Amino acid sequence: MQVSAALKKKTHRLGQIFMAFLKIGPSTFGGGYAMIATIEREIVERRKWMETEEMADMVSVAGSAPGGVAVNSAAFVGYRLGGLAGASAAVLGITLPTLAIVLALSFTFAWFRDNPKVEAALQGVHAAITALILLAAWKMARTSLFDAVTFGITAAALAILLLTQVHSLWLIAGGPLVGLAASFIRRKRGWEVRTEPSHRTEEDRAMLPEYYI
Amino acid sequence: MLWELFALFFKVGCMAFGGGYAVMSLIQRETSDRGWIDAESFREIGSLAGMAPGSIATNSATLIGYAQAGAAGAIAATVGIVLPSLLLVAVLTAFFVRLHDRFGVKAAFYGLRPVVVALIVYAGIHFGLGGLLSNPQPAWTIAGTLLICGGCLVALVKTKLHPLAVILLSAAAGIIWF
Repeated sequence: MQVSAALKKKTHRLGQIFMAFLKIGPSTFGGGYAMIATIEREIVERRKWMETEEMADMVSVAGSAPGGVAVNSAAFVGYRLGGLAGASAAVLGITLPTLAIVLALSFTFAWFRDNPKVEAALQGVHAAITALILLAAWKMARTSLFDAVTFGITAAALAILLLTQVHSLWLIAGGPLVGLAASFIRRKRGWEVRTEPSHRTEEDRAMLPEYYI
Repeated sequence: MLWELFALFFKVGCMAFGGGYAVMSLIQRETSDRGWIDAESFREIGSLAGMAPGSIATNSATLIGYAQAGAAGAIAATVGIVLPSLLLVAVLTAFFVRLHDRFGVKAAFYGLRPVVVALIVYAGIHFGLGGLLSNPQPAWTIAGTLLICGGCLVALVKTKLHPLAVILLSAAAGIIWF
């Protein structure tokens, strides 16, 4: 009897986690900092599942793992509340609405595919998405390029991407190695070691998580 | 097919540092190498994926999965790209080490972030020009694309318009121009 009561309580909790993130899912438009604020409102203020201080841990973990900030934050909150099952419930909750929306969009588009106006509209959207990508690059550049090494890495990586067929896995592996080597050499020689820009304005801080889109 | 979709997007998910934009060109390369998606379709998929809420990479995975193997394919690809995040975040949360306080970790991210910048810039160039170069378009089309793209940047930076509003306005501009 007691076992089933405990199980019931646990499934109820998982259901709650799932529902909370199901609600957040559709509002994860564009990801980034706005996303964190939405999660904070739902999890800290409304449901009181976590403290505001834990949100900083969330941003730190979500930024260290690969993937979008929305899914990573959901996994963090879900794991804290209900282990691996909780994390799965949260990720399922945040992913389902976007999966449904993008499929619905694509069905709608397929339906009107032969309409030249729809084709033209999508061409406009394509230009807008390109602008969003370039803006994300610019925002991330502002918070992560600040000395010769970081500018050098970006220039070298971009040249490799544009001019060769090298797989980006090698760049993702190589960048950290260069970063580690540069930092340890500097430390060994007793030079000043900076791994982040020295001055961060309030605006930059607000923009910082924007790159985990 | 389902397993192939899952495995490919699992690999992409493992490499998605800096979020979705950074892996867009990787997705394009891997899917065109397999003969699944041509440049024209990828442009369509990317545009639809970017319009919907959620990560552009995850949404692209859903659409590519659907195009290849229907609803089951959409699920296999989506689970594949999301699973690495789920597992890695769980591990990081479980052994919660204040990662960002460690010198080695900071130094690694110091070198990784500029790579992500390059990947996103490349994604912008590749996605922006993709399809425009593969089958040559009239100058009128290219000019329109550049104009709308520039207008969007101004709207996003100067007037802080919501991205969704910018996308809808661009769709309207597209109807008028093209």
